[in-house]
Amino acid sequence: MFSIFFRPCGFLALSLTVLLTGCIKKNAGDQTEAANRTELLFGEYGSMTGPESTFGISTHKGIIMAVEEANSTGGVKGKKIRVISYDDQGRPDEAVTTVTKLITQDRVSLILGEVASSRSIAAGAIAQQYKIPMISPSSTNPKVTEIGEYIFRVCFIDPFQGSVMAKFAMESLKYKTAAILRDVKADYSVGLANFFASDFTKRGGTVVADLSYSNGDVDFKAQLTAIKGKKPEVLFIPGYYTEVGLIAKQAKEMNYKGVLLGGDGWDSEKLTEIGGDAIVGGYFSNHYSHEDKNPVVQNFVTRYKSKFGEVPNGLAAMGYDAAIVAIDAAKRSADLSSKGLRDAIANTKNFQGVTGIITINDERNAIKPAVVLKVAGNNLYQYVTTINP
Amino acid sequence: MTLHAFIQNLINGLAAGSVYALVALGYTMVYGVLQFINFAHSDIFMLGAFGGLYLASWLAGVHPQPLQLALIMIGTMAFCVIVALTVERIAYRPLRNAPRLNVLITAIGVSLFLENLSQVVFGADPQLFPSIIKTVPLLEGDDIILNNIQVLVVGVSLFLMLILHWIVHHTKLGTAMRAVSFDIQIASLMGIPTDLVIAFTFVIGSSLAGSAAILYGLSYPKIEPFLGVMIGLKAFVAAVFGGIGSIMGAAVGGIVLGLAEVFTVYYISSSFRDAIAFAILIVILLVRPQGLLGSVRKVKV
Repeated sequence: MFSIFFRPCGFLALSLTVLLTGCIKKNAGDQTEAANRTELLFGEYGSMTGPESTFGISTHKGIIMAVEEANSTGGVKGKKIRVISYDDQGRPDEAVTTVTKLITQDRVSLILGEVASSRSIAAGAIAQQYKIPMISPSSTNPKVTEIGEYIFRVCFIDPFQGSVMAKFAMESLKYKTAAILRDVKADYSVGLANFFASDFTKRGGTVVADLSYSNGDVDFKAQLTAIKGKKPEVLFIPGYYTEVGLIAKQAKEMNYKGVLLGGDGWDSEKLTEIGGDAIVGGYFSNHYSHEDKNPVVQNFVTRYKSKFGEVPNGLAAMGYDAAIVAIDAAKRSADLSSKGLRDAIANTKNFQGVTGIITINDERNAIKPAVVLKVAGNNLYQYVTTINP
Repeated sequence: MTLHAFIQNLINGLAAGSVYALVALGYTMVYGVLQFINFAHSDIFMLGAFGGLYLASWLAGVHPQPLQLALIMIGTMAFCVIVALTVERIAYRPLRNAPRLNVLITAIGVSLFLENLSQVVFGADPQLFPSIIKTVPLLEGDDIILNNIQVLVVGVSLFLMLILHWIVHHTKLGTAMRAVSFDIQIASLMGIPTDLVIAFTFVIGSSLAGSAAILYGLSYPKIEPFLGVMIGLKAFVAAVFGGIGSIMGAAVGGIVLGLAEVFTVYYISSSFRDAIAFAILIVILLVRPQGLLGSVRKVKV
């Protein structure tokens, strides 16, 4: 009996040892391998399908454009950049799987993604664990870069975004009462709702109702009945466009007459497709406006239009900026090791991006102004104002 | 004001519950005849929503709108019937004499197959269901709103349930269905074509699912391949609550569930929207396992 059990055990132990040493050797060789490759590999993960698919697709277009432009002018240190993109279907668990795959199988030097904070937080932990720098184009929840020193972002964060909309509602629209309808399943939405509420109250306004829904819900009439009873002048919905469109539609059906406000989660051509005329007249904060007269922006809009035949939305611009920050860091970096890239990204100062001047601060966030856009019609967003930090 | 809110919630809950009731009827009818839960039923519902979407773009030129809606609804019901009959013929009929557990597992397999097939065919992206009929408020008080879609949903549901009641209790076919439900072997000895009766049960259940899908699409215009999963579970709870196998029970269960959800969200929190359905299921199974209007089947040992 003993020998029967012992033999396979011994064999197992032996093979395990072989496997483990193999692994260790591989890991040690990683950095030199990455540096000796003929091309520079960027990994990208995003929601190319699922309820937030336009986020992933827009961001992807921005990234691809930035990389193609860099390659046409010679790439980085004589190497061409190649982007490996995976679809996480808008699911945090899938985001973790794809990022693990990007790091361990494809051995990318740097990761770009995600838009939604819940997925950036989930996958950022993996990037930090393997010490591969990750730049989130547009995750605004503070927790994302708090993961560790390898996680960066090129956008503003929610404490600022929340205060932008609170300030706008109070000072520009002159409203004093607000209701909040937040998506409890999204870190982004919960954070933004909290920051809006505290800033709105601090400025002397009153939050008369604070209700919630869950990502994927389709019926919001009970919440809207409760909100309507409190008669708020504005309704702040810091969610993603699919639900926001449905909420706007049902709010109109329920004859709610207040103004709808939101954050950059509204930025999609599908917002007006789903919400129809019910969402027209709403305001949301965003990273940039394509109507901005700045020549950098106009130049970008023209190039993007000629390539993709559509006007770039905020997420496309953020994807582009994340990629050019990464490329710029790679050019400045002493070597193309992950440590070198990380330090170079952390040293980004006064870098001219499409969405503004980018300086990465000690918390690895970008300090930038926000714009407020008004929904004017079918996929039409009017520039209203810029609010500085 | 609170009374107004109560009435508003009642209206919203009735409209939501009617859709559950229509889907629950499909579960309960198949269970009544074959004593197994047809898990693929929720996906027939989902396919109905997509069928309606494509029919709507195909029939976009038909006027007036009520005629267009009627055509879309009939077309979708026909489409659902074809899918359900195919499933019944290919997956369920060969297992007619197999243990019930085998059929149940097959049903789960069919459900997964249909969900993933539609993800390949239609894509994982949510799609917008066209508003075939423009939403018009019928009653526009300061606090209470009642729109035409809500009236349509409740009205069509009631109408279909009445027709169903008439078929089951006042036609020869209904009598045959009840006989098959009572004892399939003896019914077949009495000369009832049981296969035909069972197929007809699927026809009725799936056409109700098809009409429910259109009503759902009109109320909540976002449809995706996994749309049926939650609604199917809720409708199943509704069927068990009312007493599985009982047609009246499914109708009542659906309405109760719709109301319970809306009131939970309004008075407690939206986080409990799904929890309340399953809490109801647990309570009913503990207190009255046969369901509200179900009858106890005595099994001789």
